[in-house]
Amino acid sequence: MATILTPQATGKLVGKRVRRREDPRLITGTATYVDDIQKPGMHHACIVRSPYAAARIKGINAQAALALPGVAAVFTGKDVAALGPVPCGASLPGLRVPHHHILAQDRVYFTGHPVAVVVATDRYIARDAADLVEVDYEELPAVAAPEKALAPGAPAVHPEWPDNTAFTYHQEGGDVNKAFAEAEVIVKQRIISQRLIPTAMETRGVVAEWQPGDKALTVYSSSQIPHLLRSLLAGMLGLPENRLRVVVPEVGGGFGSKLNVYAEEALMGFVAMKIGKPVKWIESRRENFLCTIHGRGHVDYYEIAAKKDGTILGLKLKLIQDLGAYHQLLTPAIPTLSVLMMPGLYRFKNILADIVGVFTNCVPTDAYRGAGRPEATHGIERMVDMLAAELKMDPAEIRLKNFPQPDEFPFATATGLSYDSGDYEAPLRRALELVDYPRLRQEQAEARQQGRLMGIGLSTYGEVSAFGPSPATPAGGWESATVKIDPAGKVTVLTGASPHGQGEETTFAQIAADELGVDLEDVIVLHGDTAVVQYGIGTFGSRATAVGGPAVYYAIQKLKEKIQKFGALLLESAEVTFTNGNCVCNRNGKSVTLAQVAAASYRAMKLPPGEEPGLQVTYFWEPPNFTFPFGAHIAVTEVDRETGRVSILRYVAVDDCGNIINPLLVDGQVHGGVAQGMGQALYEQAVYDNNGQLLSGELTDYAIPKAGMMPWLETGHTITPSPVNPLGVKGVGEAGTIGASPALVNSVVDALSPLGVRHIDMPMLPEKIWQLLQQGGQA
Amino acid sequence: MIPQSFEYSVPNTLQEALQLLAGGNAKVLAGGMSLVPLMKLRLAAPEHLVDLRRITGLKTLSESSGEIRIGAMATHHDLDSSPLLRQRCPLLAEAAKHIGDVQVRNLGTIGGSLSHADPAADYPASLLALGAKVKLVRAGAERTLNLEDFLVDTFTTAAEPGELLTEIIVPVEEPKTGVSYQKMVQPASGFAIVGVAARVRKSNGQISLARLGLTGVAPSPFRAAAAEARLQGSAGSAEDIRQAAALVSSNIEANADIHASASYRKQMAQVYAARALHAALAEAS
Repeated sequence: MATILTPQATGKLVGKRVRRREDPRLITGTATYVDDIQKPGMHHACIVRSPYAAARIKGINAQAALALPGVAAVFTGKDVAALGPVPCGASLPGLRVPHHHILAQDRVYFTGHPVAVVVATDRYIARDAADLVEVDYEELPAVAAPEKALAPGAPAVHPEWPDNTAFTYHQEGGDVNKAFAEAEVIVKQRIISQRLIPTAMETRGVVAEWQPGDKALTVYSSSQIPHLLRSLLAGMLGLPENRLRVVVPEVGGGFGSKLNVYAEEALMGFVAMKIGKPVKWIESRRENFLCTIHGRGHVDYYEIAAKKDGTILGLKLKLIQDLGAYHQLLTPAIPTLSVLMMPGLYRFKNILADIVGVFTNCVPTDAYRGAGRPEATHGIERMVDMLAAELKMDPAEIRLKNFPQPDEFPFATATGLSYDSGDYEAPLRRALELVDYPRLRQEQAEARQQGRLMGIGLSTYGEVSAFGPSPATPAGGWESATVKIDPAGKVTVLTGASPHGQGEETTFAQIAADELGVDLEDVIVLHGDTAVVQYGIGTFGSRATAVGGPAVYYAIQKLKEKIQKFGALLLESAEVTFTNGNCVCNRNGKSVTLAQVAAASYRAMKLPPGEEPGLQVTYFWEPPNFTFPFGAHIAVTEVDRETGRVSILRYVAVDDCGNIINPLLVDGQVHGGVAQGMGQALYEQAVYDNNGQLLSGELTDYAIPKAGMMPWLETGHTITPSPVNPLGVKGVGEAGTIGASPALVNSVVDALSPLGVRHIDMPMLPEKIWQLLQQGGQA
Repeated sequence: MIPQSFEYSVPNTLQEALQLLAGGNAKVLAGGMSLVPLMKLRLAAPEHLVDLRRITGLKTLSESSGEIRIGAMATHHDLDSSPLLRQRCPLLAEAAKHIGDVQVRNLGTIGGSLSHADPAADYPASLLALGAKVKLVRAGAERTLNLEDFLVDTFTTAAEPGELLTEIIVPVEEPKTGVSYQKMVQPASGFAIVGVAARVRKSNGQISLARLGLTGVAPSPFRAAAAEARLQGSAGSAEDIRQAAALVSSNIEANADIHASASYRKQMAQVYAARALHAALAEAS
């Protein structure tokens, strides 16, 4: 699979910058989100949450709340003690799993912990009544930082586990001791990947409706995983799964935070069944910050071993993961993804990793855009830069020296992965070309002469994407598609990979239209309603196009066989080809349209031997491997000596996500991804005080990058098709986020390197850099 | 994100508004860019809101006898886009441009901002440098205060219950006055970590007027009198600016939060004061 340096469209629609069909309804405000759903008799829920990070609940008095006109019910922990628990889908040897009730029982474990739910006829009354619920707390000591939680004498988050350790995990590959013994240079660094708040534009929300006659529950939720949610909710609520319907309407972003099953989803189901009325709960932004999962939360201790010529020999990592108070769906699995990706794009085969998963009195961490891979990439890319600095090598040169070559693929890594295809030099060389690297270094030398602090930072990132083969994933790793052609010949695609903003209604329609030879307008894509769509897994881990796309492709291949058979029947010929939307007789050139074939297949006057009527195929596609996208980002920055403020002068991103279905959407993913990586590098941090209070609790204190803060992004692509799937695609949803933070930190460290600065932890707030400048870099 | 219930009135005239406010229980809604979020978080729970948006007389900008009078309900966008201000008091128009985002500038008002008295709001730096006055009106009485005296403390003004800020009065800028507003933005909120407004004039090669207003640094915005005195009569050299800027935060008890420590704020006050002075002096000469 040779790498293509100049991408071009491969189909009539595939490869073209087709505009998103989702956008008109989003832009005109006619999309239906959870909060747009209205039901007759619908009640509203407001959740009473703990103001303390750790406390004993001595009593709850809901009398005053219940007395407020319009209040239908107040439920507390004891009402739901038998339900749940909130599930943890990850399993690790020896993992300690605290029982995660859907409402707190006798103790709360983080600020925002749900304690009671008030249900009323409107949301104002519900909110007023929530203030009237009296909870008698006895505050307990809390711990909100993972290294503090590991220190002797720290408050125990869960009294039964006084060491605050949920698990330890050890992984080795090759012979790391030998590598370090033979090393000519060893570089060590503590690196922090701070806690981040995913901040989807739409907060979470749930509407639940109970149909007592059918003993059936419908739950509308803003989720990335409708079917998994259905399976898990059924278990939590004790309902047969076929009597539970999950509907995911329009979703305003998730970034992994909605790849989860939350207490509130089960709680609303419980409430709806109890009161016999539909109930709605919409999360406020403050609740979103307090109670929806956070991301990252690493303290990493790295050691890299190398020869003097820059050949990397091995890498050691001690990873301290801030888990928060509980395990949400994938919490303990996320740092294991960091270990999988710790070699990055480099050839060395000796690794050692030890994870300590630590409980803290904070909201759980879990998958946030990149989920473990940004942390790993940040680590290896920082260590490679530090190694280059130590050896006085150019950071591009050291990378080029350590890449495996294209003919070494599939490439077996020290962590047990098999990288599918790669030409890691290609995007790096393209990025270096785009910035005119030699001239840029010259400019930098001149800037330094003038006393300016200009930096050039590279990152060459790789990621494990397209989750994934089922044996290697916590749930199934396949994806499903149904493709059906109605009697008039129009096409409906049902995808199990329910999107939350990615544009699959456009890209999957492009794939289907090209494969069937019909117009884009003749295809619609449905998703998200478990009563409509066959079982599916969901959209996360850059998997939708790379796993859901092939499912659509294979369903259509099977459908085409059937179309051809009906065509043969109509054309009374054994030699028929289906091409450009028509069945054509190879001998006399006569043809019938897809609409004619479809009509005949449903009318069923005659059937091809062994065939059923109708044109509909469902396909579940199991991928044989993950895919491994990669790329190179270069950030050029300048530091203001007086303030420590970082300006981004140039940002170049060259990504290789295999074949591209829609370059417009790929650019959008890269732009958004870089924005979030930049957010981590420069602005964002979830700040808890020592008592476990979230100080960055509002958008006025948690700084996501806004449009005006973004630099101009210069994007480029190389294309190394994936051999894993027939579309040759790899996935791009997380690439920008993974590539951006190390490029920016490497750039700023490079800017400050004349002062002796070797490393800066994120976020690189002006004050932190100013302090380094004051100390002459000796921090 | 759901406020407590409240009574809501939208008077058509100032007289009606003053009557509604006379009881002392009502709170003025003048754009709501700060008040409404506080109410949604239930950090504020006024029983009665009196919305001034229909009182057209409170939105006008006019010039007479060397002064510009700005209605309290003029939006930040009104100020930013006002040809009168751009020509006759450019510093204030410049300050308005730095506030929030387009939506906030379209709804937020100068009177609302000053009455809220956020210590990191943009206007006070410029208004203090301009020597602004504010007019406070109650049923049957009015008074005019210097802005320094109006801004008492963090989120606290000298307005008494029933009293309404109706007008902000600034002098028409004299020709050849150099002005500048320099701001270090808190990236989440858009407020000032540090904001410094400078006004300078020179005559015969010497600084004849130097005014520096600072916001974001301390519990209340303030004028840097010592720095102004250091500049008065000087040539305005780089060294004069350096020395003057070093004085702006010397005796200040600075604010601290997760975005900037007190010591960093004090240092940045000096850096941004120097930048504002350099920019203003470049205009003045």
